[in-house]
Amino acid sequence: MCESCGCAGVSHESHVHGESSRHSVAVFSDILRRNNDQAAHNREHFTEHGVLALNLMSSPGSGKTSLLEATIDALGDVFRIGVIEGDLATENDARRIRAKGVPAVQITTGQACHLDAEMVHEALHHLELESLDLLFIENVGNLVCPASFDLGQHANVALLSVTEGDDKPAKYPVLFRAADLILLSKSDLLEVLDDFNPALAEQHVRALANPAKILQVSARRPETLTPWLQWLRTMWDTRYGDARKAAGTTAAVSAAAE
Amino acid sequence: MHELALCQELIAEVARIAAAHDAVGASRILVTLGPLSGVEAPLLERAFLVARAGTIAEAATLEIEQQPLSVRCTVCGAKSEVTPTNLLCRTCGAWKVEILEGDALLLKSVELLVETAAEGKPADPNTNAETTSAQLSNGLGESHV
Repeated sequence: MCESCGCAGVSHESHVHGESSRHSVAVFSDILRRNNDQAAHNREHFTEHGVLALNLMSSPGSGKTSLLEATIDALGDVFRIGVIEGDLATENDARRIRAKGVPAVQITTGQACHLDAEMVHEALHHLELESLDLLFIENVGNLVCPASFDLGQHANVALLSVTEGDDKPAKYPVLFRAADLILLSKSDLLEVLDDFNPALAEQHVRALANPAKILQVSARRPETLTPWLQWLRTMWDTRYGDARKAAGTTAAVSAAAE
Repeated sequence: MHELALCQELIAEVARIAAAHDAVGASRILVTLGPLSGVEAPLLERAFLVARAGTIAEAATLEIEQQPLSVRCTVCGAKSEVTPTNLLCRTCGAWKVEILEGDALLLKSVELLVETAAEGKPADPNTNAETTSAQLSNGLGESHV
């Protein structure tokens, strides 16, 4: 400590005196505090409106949008679904979702490799949360950066397509450790691929100390989606089922979930 | 490459703390990174040089403290030092473990340049060095600013 001014500087010569002095301040706050605060705010919004928000993360081309299309086909009459699409450029994915009669907001991030809580908050201004039950946030296709940014979702869903390699969880541990559910997508291709072993993929996920369920799905084979659709229903029901029933607005949601 | 976005968040946080202490600049920023944070120290260092330009941290140095990665097994209770892609208990091999440390992405402390009002007296009693070192040794997790 500098004895001349009481500041935390080690030597008196190392800093300017008379004009300014150095003071060390202990902080201990998350570097992403601002994003995390915004995410907590988003989550409150979702919860207040009875919306289950899910963050879909994967590499580009693993079939996130196709899975959403198939999910809308299967559950569109049961849940009121909304989608936020994140891409560097184009409205293509939002257009595909809108063609299913579901509201979709496209966030184009420019060169940014991930969505953050602020971008999602802005997108929420273009969605009517009161008329939604389920909100899918399709993150930018990227297995690295999206894992670091909380968006306010209630759960993370990671897709790993079987064309990618069963060791992806070991190569991208941060993202796969954060996943609450892992979908092995394009599973219809397993029969023609001899280099993807679902048991090995699971072993890599467990090595990350992640207990998440791992399901095989194919958007081209709707019958494979049943466990995924059941997971969605259970997630929604666990969170909001009782409140919805108590309010007497049973509508399609609770009826279909039973 | 989200390290630049992270640096911008980091500098926004430093700016907020500097404003709360009427500081004219920041001279040293200390962060703690865990292997599970998803952030690479060399990339963060390079991004910092870009992000600090024209901000209150323009002349600041960034110091990065690496956090070890350790888990406690919920099956056998043993503690293990592990690696990011293999968090399994080193004693019994179970995957049901809890992270003890290794996922930090923390702004630990900031050294601020404060214009001295009266010689030899810190502008804010909360920012003097004794308080700081006491809090550091206590390892308090809360911000006091």
